[in-house]
Amino acid sequence: MSLSVDEPPSAEPERVSTIGGSTRFVPGQSHDRVTVVNGKVQLGQRLKDLWTNRDLLLLLTRTELKVKYKDSVLGYVWSMLNPTLVLIIYFVVFKVIARTHQPLFAIWLFAGLLVWNLFSAAALGATSVVVGKAGIVKKVAFPRELLALSVVGVSMVLFAIQVVVLILAMVIFGIHPDYAYLPLLPLAFVALVVFTSGMSIFLSAVNVYLRDTAHLTEVLMMAWFWGTPIVYTWGQITGILAGHPALGWVKYVYLCNPVTPIVMTFQRAIYGKTQYSYAGTVYHVLPNWGVASFAGVLGILLVASIGLFLLALVVFARLEGNFAEEL
Amino acid sequence: MAAAIEVEGISKQFRLYNEKHTSLKERVIHGGKMPFTPFWALRDVNVEINQGETFGILGRNGCGKSTLLKCIAGILKPTSGEIRVRGSLAAMLELGAGFQPDLSGRDNIYLNGSLLGLSRTEIARRFDDIVAFAELEDFIDNQVKFYSSGMYVRLGFAVAVNVEPDVLLVDEVLAVGDANFQRKCLDHVKKFQREGRTIVVVSHGTDTIRQNCGRVMVMNHGQVITVDEPGEGIRVYMADLLGVGTHPGSESGGIEGNVLAIGTVRAEHGGSGARTHMYPGESLTVTADVDSLAAVPNALATIAIYDDKNELVFASDPDDPACEMEIPVGGGIVRFVFPEVPLLDGTYSVSVGVRSATETAIFDLKDQVTQFEVANPGRATGRVRLPLDASFRLRSAAAGSTGEVPAVSAAFTPLAGWEETAS
Repeated sequence: MSLSVDEPPSAEPERVSTIGGSTRFVPGQSHDRVTVVNGKVQLGQRLKDLWTNRDLLLLLTRTELKVKYKDSVLGYVWSMLNPTLVLIIYFVVFKVIARTHQPLFAIWLFAGLLVWNLFSAAALGATSVVVGKAGIVKKVAFPRELLALSVVGVSMVLFAIQVVVLILAMVIFGIHPDYAYLPLLPLAFVALVVFTSGMSIFLSAVNVYLRDTAHLTEVLMMAWFWGTPIVYTWGQITGILAGHPALGWVKYVYLCNPVTPIVMTFQRAIYGKTQYSYAGTVYHVLPNWGVASFAGVLGILLVASIGLFLLALVVFARLEGNFAEEL
Repeated sequence: MAAAIEVEGISKQFRLYNEKHTSLKERVIHGGKMPFTPFWALRDVNVEINQGETFGILGRNGCGKSTLLKCIAGILKPTSGEIRVRGSLAAMLELGAGFQPDLSGRDNIYLNGSLLGLSRTEIARRFDDIVAFAELEDFIDNQVKFYSSGMYVRLGFAVAVNVEPDVLLVDEVLAVGDANFQRKCLDHVKKFQREGRTIVVVSHGTDTIRQNCGRVMVMNHGQVITVDEPGEGIRVYMADLLGVGTHPGSESGGIEGNVLAIGTVRAEHGGSGARTHMYPGESLTVTADVDSLAAVPNALATIAIYDDKNELVFASDPDDPACEMEIPVGGGIVRFVFPEVPLLDGTYSVSVGVRSATETAIFDLKDQVTQFEVANPGRATGRVRLPLDASFRLRSAAAGSTGEVPAVSAAFTPLAGWEETAS
């Protein structure tokens, strides 16, 4: 019972190991990284972890796609069923029943829905992703934000497929975008992805504690959709507000919806027109902003989105500490 | 030697809610109030685990050992305190955690490897090793949901050990698969040890701890009881936490209608007085107070020993003449002496009875009235310590002339002997 406590026999590390000739491990030389676990939130460390785990993010996204669409062409075609149906429904309701006289209304719808589908699919999917993947979250240590981000990744892939469909449609029907505004799309897309990621990360963490967040998000998303000029136009809103001079400020509140400038940028570039005339009347659909104005709005939005993203990371980090216990 | 893991004043509070409101609706209805009882799963835990050490954590369910492991792994965040881990870390808290049933074994290796912190190229390089280790060459492109549970766990283990971390955390998962695979796992653990990697094992299995660990930490109620070498640590774990030792015996029973009654039963071993536990090989004496209303000329005393799983270890031979005795009016003391008890670790209970040697009548039987505890300072495991002698000699050519080579130390270092047979 009097064995040495400080230097147990098995604790003597061999400096150079030659077993099997395949190991290269030498303690204390190559692995000087120190991981600190405590109750504090280290934003910089989290961002670094996200970056070093980008392989994992890709893999999680691929996994999600594989599981959902079985990695087959037909699977991806299937994934287009939902957005296509939505597009057809709105087209029928507004073109056939409500008799809008806006030309190329399908393209207008498509441009807006493209943005909206990415945002809503990601936010709705991410809300339940941490709860759904409780098995991993409880047993494996990795940056769990990646789960929410992988849902955004899946939405981005579906976005890409829809873009291909849109381009094909435009080529087939000979519709030209406004080439001057096309360079804005990458900026708008980045802002959209950053904003969506922030929302997704935030919602995925909150849902662990408040499990009805998923239902609330669905309702919120519906209201948000109708609060964004996708099936109707910006021009219709300003037209209504023009009749009530006292309500001029509503326009700016309306613009505070981060999705609106992104949707409008896509519409401006893809739909290409800011107005059309019908039966002698000129209808404005989009503001007459130049490229610089759009870029300015998108720039502000991007900065705000980055701020929101970081805030979401902090909230996530705060809530994450007890995920393993709450799930 | 630098510390691989420094645990500094770690406390972790869980909230035990009387009624948990997991939705916003319920929160609003109840005005946001959620009464809870704070529960400290860890209380000011301090420990330093050295680089290259195999460190065991023992404790009964709910003592906080798994919580501590999760904190070290970074899965749970401590309420206060700090943990510093030097080098890369992989945790095996559950084998195959994160496997996607719909994906093939191949895809799951990549997914699981990435979750454990490997990059794509690192996994690609180790892929064949992992598949070979898991013995799943023929099934690697099948969906994991069609795997048997053994295949599933084998794949999980294969990925985890091939991550080759500097620090490996293991939570009671060593006992998986068939005997052959278990040996492979243990081989791998040994290889890790030789390579100077740090291993932290949480287990109920004192045998696993004794055979593999250099030091043991015993925990109870979220606190550290002791950090010591395995033999002593396991003894503390057995004695203090399970609350057993040499009991003073049962209260004496009255004589009511029966001719004979057994009173106090005591177990005394070679180390009694100095220790509450005995070592393997020491003597054990069991005494039983017997009260008798009448003379019993042909009494047969019986004794039986049970282990902690209530399995019979030993029952005396009813034909043993030493157990036949004559008990006079008033009674006396029955003495059973075991000159040498070869039992290994455990808590054993003793039953004593007196019956008639000629008829079937049982006068009295005290079932499992007293206990004794054996703690083994050595590293042998199992139920009994069998006398062992091992030696080595050359095959027939040398048999006639040179004779036997002097015995190697196999008998005294089971680990070395074990490795010989395993390779």
